[in-house]
Amino acid sequence: MIEIESDPSTPAEAATDSECRILAFCCNFCAYAAADLAGARRMQYPSNVRIVHVPCTGEVEVEHLLAALERGIDGVLVAGCLEGGCHFLEGNLRARRRIEEARLMLDEIGLGRERLRMVNLSASEAPTFVARVQEMVETVRSLGPNPLRASVIRKQDPK
Amino acid sequence: MIVASQKPISEIKRVLAGHDKVLFVGCGTCVTVCLAGGEREVGIMSYAMRMARRLDGRPIEIEQVTIERQCENEFIQELAAAAQRNEAILSFGCGAGVQAIAERFPEKPVYAALDTQFLGILEEQAVWTEKCLGCGSCVLSDFGGICPITRCAKRLLNGPCGGSTEESCEVDPDRPCAWQLIYRRLKAIGQLENLERIFPPRDWRTSWHAGARTVIREEHRI
Repeated sequence: MIEIESDPSTPAEAATDSECRILAFCCNFCAYAAADLAGARRMQYPSNVRIVHVPCTGEVEVEHLLAALERGIDGVLVAGCLEGGCHFLEGNLRARRRIEEARLMLDEIGLGRERLRMVNLSASEAPTFVARVQEMVETVRSLGPNPLRASVIRKQDPK
Repeated sequence: MIVASQKPISEIKRVLAGHDKVLFVGCGTCVTVCLAGGEREVGIMSYAMRMARRLDGRPIEIEQVTIERQCENEFIQELAAAAQRNEAILSFGCGAGVQAIAERFPEKPVYAALDTQFLGILEEQAVWTEKCLGCGSCVLSDFGGICPITRCAKRLLNGPCGGSTEESCEVDPDRPCAWQLIYRRLKAIGQLENLERIFPPRDWRTSWHAGARTVIREEHRI
């Protein structure tokens, strides 16, 4: 048997800007370096974003994206190189197709495609990185918190 | 190999609507290769189904197992304990796999997660084409290894028909005319004389039209 319980640490009304959570899968060869550069330049960007360093966006599986959303992350950003500029030639192009498919799946699930987005930028584009993160925060703010975050599944002890 | 494709999430959600604890079973053979029912696809569908059901306010508990082949009892046995723990089974196997599991667990509802399509090959990455109908009486040796039963829309044995245009089938301009392919192939291997033979109407009793078929090899039975 399973039951839904409210998780006191993440109440349903916790939709304030400071509490929305965004996960960004950043490619080593562009977005991660751009984020690093943004930091080195002391540029301000929302603190809601948590970065996952990946070797290429082509390495990001659909399962990783869905797992994040199931656990209550409000928005997922996949940041890869400019099209045509992938270090592995076409990893970012493959990622784009997979993410489009995953977005359709999110519509079917009922969570909505807007919570998942792919963006492209180069390693020198720190301002672009900041702008894309801000846009994602705006989107999530307008969508409200991830409805899956309001509840957690607890297993009852087997007796 | 057998080629299949996934059913829409909405359809799977509908068939599982009455269950709260379900075993998702992947198959490690054909449907893994055609990216429809392997371990990865089972994982993705599990995430999708758990999220969809939580949003509906009726969470579902999912256990995932992928076995080597769903069409063999020897491998299905591995599911016994997991099947016992769950209310129902969602099979990611081909039609044969779903039925094999349903036969082994008569007391459990067994549902299909895939639409089984055909016997085919991988043409290029993520593109599969049908090559064999399993008609029970193979004519490939007479036609240079190209099957007119499967690949000619009219199943002609004495083709081509008058409808093919510029190497294309009249049914679908994107589909090559099987008889054009046969002609080219026989020419290349020096067997064009095969086309001068008249092939009599086929005996379709070997095909599935009279229902499911059985193959028995007495010498190997125990």
